[in-house]
Amino acid sequence: MAKTVLKVTNLSASYRKNTVLDNVNFQIEEGSLTGIVGPNGAGKSTLIKTLLHLHPSLTGKIDFYGLPFKKAKRVIGYVPQRGSVDWDFPTNALDVVVMGLYGQIGWLKRPSRAHRKLAYEALEKMDMAPYADRQISQLSGGQQQRVFLARALVQDAEFYFMDEPLAGVDATTEKAIMAILKELKDEGKTVMVVHHDLQTVTDYFDHVLFLNRTVKEHGLTDSVFTKENIMKTYGGKMQRIVEGGSHVVHSN
Amino acid sequence: MSYTAWIILTASLVGLSCGLVGTFLILRKMAMMADAISHTVLLGIVTAFLITKELSGPHMLVGAILAGLLTALFVQGLHQFEIEQHASIGIVFTTLFAVGVILITTSIGNAHLDVQHALMGEITFIPWETITLPIVGKVPEATALLALVLMIVLVCIIAFYKEWKITSFDPALAASLGIPVVFMHYLFMSLVSITTVASFDAVGAIMVVAMLITPAAAAYLWTDKLSVMLLLSALFGVVSAVAGYYIAAWIDTSISASMAFATGIVFLISFIGSPKHGLIAKYRRPGEIVAA
Repeated sequence: MAKTVLKVTNLSASYRKNTVLDNVNFQIEEGSLTGIVGPNGAGKSTLIKTLLHLHPSLTGKIDFYGLPFKKAKRVIGYVPQRGSVDWDFPTNALDVVVMGLYGQIGWLKRPSRAHRKLAYEALEKMDMAPYADRQISQLSGGQQQRVFLARALVQDAEFYFMDEPLAGVDATTEKAIMAILKELKDEGKTVMVVHHDLQTVTDYFDHVLFLNRTVKEHGLTDSVFTKENIMKTYGGKMQRIVEGGSHVVHSN
Repeated sequence: MSYTAWIILTASLVGLSCGLVGTFLILRKMAMMADAISHTVLLGIVTAFLITKELSGPHMLVGAILAGLLTALFVQGLHQFEIEQHASIGIVFTTLFAVGVILITTSIGNAHLDVQHALMGEITFIPWETITLPIVGKVPEATALLALVLMIVLVCIIAFYKEWKITSFDPALAASLGIPVVFMHYLFMSLVSITTVASFDAVGAIMVVAMLITPAAAAYLWTDKLSVMLLLSALFGVVSAVAGYYIAAWIDTSISASMAFATGIVFLISFIGSPKHGLIAKYRRPGEIVAA
């Protein structure tokens, strides 16, 4: 049995006046690659933000490696949604990756040559080195996402949270990102990814967490990624999609 | 130093501070907050005057910081109660400004503080109000205050350069890295407040908005680098301030209005002629796909 690295108990949160998360309970094992799926408005992004204390929780307990978030912060990496930032910001790709190191650099210090080198290597890993000096608005959506991934890599975290890293990216980028996620997993790191494409869940994730305000089901993809659980999470709306798309659910 | 030289130095200091602070106002998409704070600091100044009974620099700075922070807090507070952001700004700043105006007209009487002055400023009077400082000797009080504020702004921007950058670009990541995003927000609001209040005497509450927003917006059109944008914005601020003085002298009109007008001209030139984002450049490269 692998070590539990995240334990969430009775978590709830509201957005404006609506309760978006209610009595959320789950545990994540070290080295797992988990896809968080659920319909729009199910609270997927809010869940990640609440876990990282970017959004207030109403109730509940969050334990990272048996510690509260504040003490575990150093080993946690976060990739926000690409649309959450202004890509017209006057900066280049390398600079955005260096930002991932700002927490380690500390107050009153400037990024050194060594920091820039680390950032450049992370860009290389994402096949983005030729674009290091490129202004970020001049990058395609997929390239921007790879810059975000490089920025997460440079943090060298133990536990990564990614919010829709595959949304609106080209096929090459999707492959590159999934290769990196597998690599992280092979290094024993834990990754949780908000994912929107049910068709690829079985190929990409070893664990899946069905979320719709609360955890509908959570476990190994092979055993819980079933038609019943998809229906349970998405409601009647998904019936046609589930039954129509032959390879949505792999029945074992 | 001659009368004209003091005015030009003072105007340049306004241009420098406003240009630097304005860059982050633009990048944080908070231009409207500048408008709000430029008005509410009046309440801060009046309150400081009512408490201390004198119109001195340090008291005004403290009053302005408090008023600025109060504005930011109220706007944030209303926004959390589901009032739309811009509506919150509009409600908060007009109300606080109105309180300031009422206090001036009812409680202050004939002090060197009136609504007209606060709104429009009067840079021509600045050289007459002097204080004596060690080493440099007699300097106009407003100029000394502006120099002090510029030092504070410079130190804050240089010391926390990377923190400003990351909290402006990606506050969520900044927070997850442990950078105090909320503290940086209120520190920034304080910088806007002291810059505004120091510029008050020179250009007034309305024109200071032009000095804060327009040079920075123009600089944004010329460069894709934050450090260059800061320098250009400061430069545009100074150029507009100096050009504004000479325009005013030439056609014998309000100096602060001429300065604001000059920032508009600088912006227009940038908007049309900037090699990166100007109209002509866009017209010349019609085929280029602009990444969203």
